[in-house]
Amino acid sequence: SGKRRGGLAMCTTGTLSILSSDSYADLSQYRDQHFRGTRYDQERLLRKSCTLYVGNLSFYTTEEQIHELFGKSGDIKKVIMGLDKVKKTACGFCFVEYYARGDAENAMRYINGTRLDDRIIRTDWDAGFKEGRQYGRGRSGGQVRDEYRQDYDAGRGGYGKTVQCQ
Amino acid sequence: AGQPHKRRRTSEPSEIEERLESLICRSNSSLESNLEGLAGVLEADLPNYKSKILRILCTVARLLPEKLTVYTTLVGLLNARNYNFGGEFVEAMIRQLKECLKVNMYNEAVHLVRFLSDLVNCHVIAAPSMVAMFENFVSVTQEEDVPQVRCDWYVFAFLSSLPWVGKELYEKKDAEMDRLLRRQKIHVPMLQVWTADKPHPQEEYLDCLWSQIQKLKKDRWQERHILRPYLAFDSILCEALQHNLPPFTPPPHTEDSVYPMPRVIFRMFDYTDDPEGPVMPGSHSVERFVIEENLHCIIKSHWKERKTCAAQLLSYPGNNKIPLNYHIVEVIFAELFQLPSPPHIEVMYTTLLIELCKLQPGSLPQVLAQATEMLYMRLDTMNTTCVDRFINWFSHHLSNFQFRWSWEDWSDCLTQDLEKPKPKFVREVLEKCMRLSYHQRIIDIVPASFSVLSPANPVCIYKYGDESNRSLPGYTVALCLTIAIKNKASNDEIFSILKDVPNPNQDDDDDEGFTFNPLKIEVFVQTLLHLAAKSFSHSFSALAKFHEVFKTLAESDEGKLHVLRVVYEVWKNHPQMIAVLVDKMIRTQIVDCAAVANWIFSSELAHDFTRFYIWEILHSTIRKMNKHVLKIHKELEETKARLARQHKRRDSDDDDDDDDRSSDREDGPLEEQIERLQEKVETAQSEQKNLFLVIFQRFIMLLTEHLVRCETGGIDVFTPWYKSCIERLQQIFLQHHQIIQQYMVTLENLLFTAELDHHILAVFQQFCALQA
Repeated sequence: SGKRRGGLAMCTTGTLSILSSDSYADLSQYRDQHFRGTRYDQERLLRKSCTLYVGNLSFYTTEEQIHELFGKSGDIKKVIMGLDKVKKTACGFCFVEYYARGDAENAMRYINGTRLDDRIIRTDWDAGFKEGRQYGRGRSGGQVRDEYRQDYDAGRGGYGKTVQCQ
Repeated sequence: AGQPHKRRRTSEPSEIEERLESLICRSNSSLESNLEGLAGVLEADLPNYKSKILRILCTVARLLPEKLTVYTTLVGLLNARNYNFGGEFVEAMIRQLKECLKVNMYNEAVHLVRFLSDLVNCHVIAAPSMVAMFENFVSVTQEEDVPQVRCDWYVFAFLSSLPWVGKELYEKKDAEMDRLLRRQKIHVPMLQVWTADKPHPQEEYLDCLWSQIQKLKKDRWQERHILRPYLAFDSILCEALQHNLPPFTPPPHTEDSVYPMPRVIFRMFDYTDDPEGPVMPGSHSVERFVIEENLHCIIKSHWKERKTCAAQLLSYPGNNKIPLNYHIVEVIFAELFQLPSPPHIEVMYTTLLIELCKLQPGSLPQVLAQATEMLYMRLDTMNTTCVDRFINWFSHHLSNFQFRWSWEDWSDCLTQDLEKPKPKFVREVLEKCMRLSYHQRIIDIVPASFSVLSPANPVCIYKYGDESNRSLPGYTVALCLTIAIKNKASNDEIFSILKDVPNPNQDDDDDEGFTFNPLKIEVFVQTLLHLAAKSFSHSFSALAKFHEVFKTLAESDEGKLHVLRVVYEVWKNHPQMIAVLVDKMIRTQIVDCAAVANWIFSSELAHDFTRFYIWEILHSTIRKMNKHVLKIHKELEETKARLARQHKRRDSDDDDDDDDRSSDREDGPLEEQIERLQEKVETAQSEQKNLFLVIFQRFIMLLTEHLVRCETGGIDVFTPWYKSCIERLQQIFLQHHQIIQQYMVTLENLLFTAELDHHILAVFQQFCALQA
């Protein structure tokens, strides 16, 4: 059936590139600098991952809220809350792992960039949770972005850490 | 089988393909204004890239129906310049159409048929040959012993092309057309969003289209909405020679044929809803049909790209002549509420509406608010499944807009019985809003008068918590357990503590064997869940750590049921927690799907029976069962494929080797695996069938009880509870129809027999009519 060399290949499954665009589900430019392995390994894992990193959460956002929102794109296997390394309290990010990659893709398409606890949250592909990655990497224990920012964010401990120390 | 290509040429071919594709698929405005230029470029490319161009144009015809007339014009111009190309294109289209029908791609086949019919307008195809094709389509209705959905599709393909080509065909072949336009629905009530016919009747899709075409004919085929670029090129096109369509015989019906499900046309707006703006075309106008078709096609093309989708919807031509925002909102809700299922995942529609609000902040939110209000007003007759989707959409939408809503406008629901659709809807919405935020937030956002509808504070209820409960049996063991668990006790230590719990059920002390002991279950589960109440993760860890204890206590069917009962007792204020615990317990095989089904229909849960979360749990349970069966089936198929590959390798490697023993040895492990998997599949399928039978059985029992009670008491059958229950039964059929189709004989002979009350039997009959 179908493909004849040089002739007219009439494949009913063919598509057009304008219709196969899936920019929300594509990999972003971000690569975890702490990843152990080559760039190639990392990208391979990202492309088959069922795990999403979720950022810009309020410190008060609970696992239950995350479960409710992200459950809209499919069955969730696990939610791992991001913690301040020192205080062991929520510090505004988490990982959401799905059973199926397709469900994670739908989260990237339809939950990324919408609101949770009135904040626009951001999701990105993650190569997979490993022990230790649930902690913030900022000097003070939280996320790096909260070390240096200048603005006041009531949902993320107020001013950035460096500002607070002034 | 040809040789695989040796060394591929460089990226050249794909570059050319990309260039051609981008030339042809460019955005609307630049393309239309330069169709003639593009035709010239492509004509020049024909000697070298004819097959690529043919393929791209055929794909465009199949996948970009919203741009139909642009591309038929392009083909028309090409045909005028190169008659042979026109002929080859038509042949390629027919081949593609045949392939689509063979592989059940009926939606795309419709696009191809429409494209072909519009080619009549572009002087590519001769009108009489198109009429002949349509005659063959309509004659399918004379076939015997075929499903109605097959005939429906061929009639639909014909009728839905007429807005584009009716005028031309009728002028050429009016007598034949008249003959074609003469036409018969038990399944309709099952698919209607509302059970009432006012203000807008919920018509079956073919009935509606039929009325629209009749009206179009009465208007002498005057159709002014469709943009027809070919009109501007009439002088060129009318010089072209036309081709005759080869005679087309619809492929015969086979066992593998799966035709599209019937649909009901969703309407919520009419011309009275936007008095300020342009007039909305009437429900039986062909303009309405064309607009809706095109908007649905745009969503189908761009569902993955929400910003593009929103932009394309809003730039639909005719913006100032039609109330586009109303059409868009109506089409989106039509998809969201479509039965049995929406074409795309529900959350897509929420996010798409948000994108539309962002692009049209001055107008779209108002239309959406108006739509919400209208949907609320009509809740009394709205199908329960659609109400579920309305609840999910509205709560999620509000959570993106700080839960701002004019709740006071809905105070009429406060005076109604809480089981009535409107107060029920508000309660469920508030509960879902709470899940996306927190309890106090919900108390803050609603007026004080709405407190009766506010959700409970989702706290755990621990029966052994207070000193005042110390007289309860098991109280001391609960204390013991608490201390032990806090001190990181092992499963064995837990077992030994539990040994002291008496069994209220039996007299003999057979506590060595762990027979069903409800008190043990109660004490253990209550205590553990209470200790792990802090978060989902804590509870999941607890289930994992003490998995062994759970498995032992819940070994029997009664044990499983009791575990579920205790979970409910502890967490009845927190339905979300119940749902995730049940999910985890199924996945870790502490309980099975049938136990969950029996629990849902048990008398302990009667009070919550009509609450949304119960049905979420049941459908989630069924889905897990279905996925489990598919997974094992896939494993089996993959292992069979591995064995086949192994045979093939062996056959191709050693042709003259007749060492059968060694091949058997190699096959051995795989064959064993296949046998085991075969058994596993059969067990899983039997479990799956059993689950559905249990559910149907319990529904029948429950509904029969109600009907008998009403009859003897002389009261009206149609209480809010009854409506909810019968629609939940329908929902089971609709949501899992593909799987349930396998059980039709059993269902007919065992459960849905003629002795059943006609109210219940009607649901089964409607379901049978769906794919009849």
